[in-house]
Amino acid sequence: MFRSKAFSLLKPIPWVPGQPNLAYTFIHPATASHGHRCHRRSVDYRQRYRTCSGSAGGRIISAPQTKVMAEEELPGVLILDIGGTHGVLEDLAALLKKHFRLITMKEFLENKKEMSTKIQSVFVFECRPTIDQELLESLPNLKVIGNSGVGVDHLDLKMISNFGVKVTNTPHAVADPTADIGVALMLASARRLVEGCQIAVSPDTKYFAVDWLGVEVTRATLGIIGMGSIGYKVAQRARAFDMRILYHNRNRRRKEEEEAVGARYCEKMADLLQQSDFVMVVVNLTPETRKLIGKKELGLMKPTATLINISRGAVIDQDALVEALQNKVIRAAAVDVTYPEPLPRDHPLLKLNNIIITPHIGTATVQAMRMMAEEAIANILAVLNGQPIPSEVFPK
Amino acid sequence: MEGQELPYVLVDCIGGKHGVYEDHVEFLEKHFRLITMKEYLENKKFLSEKIRAVYMWYHKPVINKELLQSLPNLKIVASSGVGIDHLDLNLLSSYGVKLSNTPFVVSTDSADLGVALMLASSRRLVEGHQMAVSPDTEYFPADWLGAELSGATLGIVGMGTIGYKVAERAKAFEMKILYHNRNQRNKEEESAVGAIYCKKIDDLLHQSDFVLLSVNLTPQTHKLIGKRELELMKPTATLINISRGLVVDQDALVEALQNKVIKAAALDVTYPEPLPRDHPLLKLKNVIITPHIGSATKKTRRLMMENMVESIQAGLTGLPIPNEVSL
Repeated sequence: MFRSKAFSLLKPIPWVPGQPNLAYTFIHPATASHGHRCHRRSVDYRQRYRTCSGSAGGRIISAPQTKVMAEEELPGVLILDIGGTHGVLEDLAALLKKHFRLITMKEFLENKKEMSTKIQSVFVFECRPTIDQELLESLPNLKVIGNSGVGVDHLDLKMISNFGVKVTNTPHAVADPTADIGVALMLASARRLVEGCQIAVSPDTKYFAVDWLGVEVTRATLGIIGMGSIGYKVAQRARAFDMRILYHNRNRRRKEEEEAVGARYCEKMADLLQQSDFVMVVVNLTPETRKLIGKKELGLMKPTATLINISRGAVIDQDALVEALQNKVIRAAAVDVTYPEPLPRDHPLLKLNNIIITPHIGTATVQAMRMMAEEAIANILAVLNGQPIPSEVFPK
Repeated sequence: MEGQELPYVLVDCIGGKHGVYEDHVEFLEKHFRLITMKEYLENKKFLSEKIRAVYMWYHKPVINKELLQSLPNLKIVASSGVGIDHLDLNLLSSYGVKLSNTPFVVSTDSADLGVALMLASSRRLVEGHQMAVSPDTEYFPADWLGAELSGATLGIVGMGTIGYKVAERAKAFEMKILYHNRNQRNKEEESAVGAIYCKKIDDLLHQSDFVLLSVNLTPQTHKLIGKRELELMKPTATLINISRGLVVDQDALVEALQNKVIKAAALDVTYPEPLPRDHPLLKLKNVIITPHIGSATKKTRRLMMENMVESIQAGLTGLPIPNEVSL
């Protein structure tokens, strides 16, 4: 699994002539979530604010007191595109432009000779642009791949490392919205919300049948596989629903952490599978977690249980899942991720009525998009300025 | 109890789309002799004297003057669910018939559904699913976004049992919680969920990103949310209704949604249910409607049935009736 270093607040560093924007500060989620009324959206990267020392709320606003750098002097960052179907969102591009000279793939390819030396970083947004050997070879001054999002399974970490290039991700920005989607899927599946909506609006509906039922969430047993930041936030939410929480993780969490959410550790995943009414998979994708949930695991689950996946599609053996859903080995599934995305239009999962599929929207909120960009910017700047890197990812 | 006959209890029918659940019958028949409306009508003369209770499952059988007049020994009507707006309380009272409902058992499921609707609406879950499975989908666009709950303000109108449980759940999503209620809750209750009282509903409407209705339907709450209230809401706000359809002025809601006076609505209840198939609410993209499933889980419906049995038994033996509704 990847190790990622998480640093708390970066200290503001005085501006040094010739250097671009510095002093990136960032709210560490540990501060934000321990009851401080510290709003996730309070980080402000606009240059005109002064640095202030951390208050009780832990809010620190970045302050580089820099002159506005001429665009050409800003470090070059490669992106796929701005706008369009897969490009960086316009609002996010505006944020990036405050610190970097953005170079689109098109601009790069049209003027490789000049552009290739200017590019010090690539901002990878929704897995694009693809980082391959050819690209890495053509960017001699590349220092860092700044990924938007926490998953890095689309990056060949070893290959990138061999070029002496660092990789960073955005674990803090994704945790809350992804945990929310996990709970949203659990509730929607349990209460058959999508089916219900279809009945409510169908032209054929004449009355609502009284024997049309879902299953309870309150006081049910939730088994969380993968109790990292996101998994733990899921547990915090599930606790408010009085759920009984089991978890399976490479390592056991501290007693205080377990007690805070009322979670019981299951050293064996089988124990969790056998007891849970809802199984939520919240691991990252690595060679060890590929097909973590297969025919055997699905067979261990209760026939009344629901499987929720907010990890990566490849963590589940999709063919085994189809079979399990068709044969009612489990009651239902709700997945924000599949392999591939989107699924081919003739895939059996699309035809089943006991599965909800959402189009990988775990971080698809205005706030999360902004925060991921901000987190990526902080990481990229830290690398370029030789400062401690908040979220570096290393190959195993 | 040997030799004693089980009490005769009237039900509408068993099984099918409206009837008493088949898997509840075994339990019911341990305590009662169930008489369906069909059996009753076929043998009125004999059965009308015997029937001492009505087991009203999802508003059936309908209790009207005619029925009450022909059941001289009727002591109690047990109604499923917490809402009693479908009953004529004065009529029951005038015949000396007692009434029970099932208030507490529905509260967690209803609160869960309220939160489910709020999440589904803000994250555009139903739309998202449709996109994920649509034959026309070729890719997932990057600029397709919803809104977060974290840091948003939830205004709960009606902080009874259900409203309070919604607050308990919303707190875990780091929402700011406001509430409006006939009476202010005590300080401990408020601070347990971090809820701030808004004496005036207008204050709540002005500040909320999500407005959730969890009041019961009474003459006072009929059309509680109308054109004026919708206009007081933020244009980025979502209305969630888990009360009764009539708490909202539906025509005003349609207009507000069409003109983007508010952003969206998520409704488990409408008036009537179901809506006519040509109703404008069914065509709006920014509305989710569920078919009144607030308490539609196996466990809860079973508990409802058991509660109703208890209430009927108490009503027939002259003991204090659990969940009695004062008439």
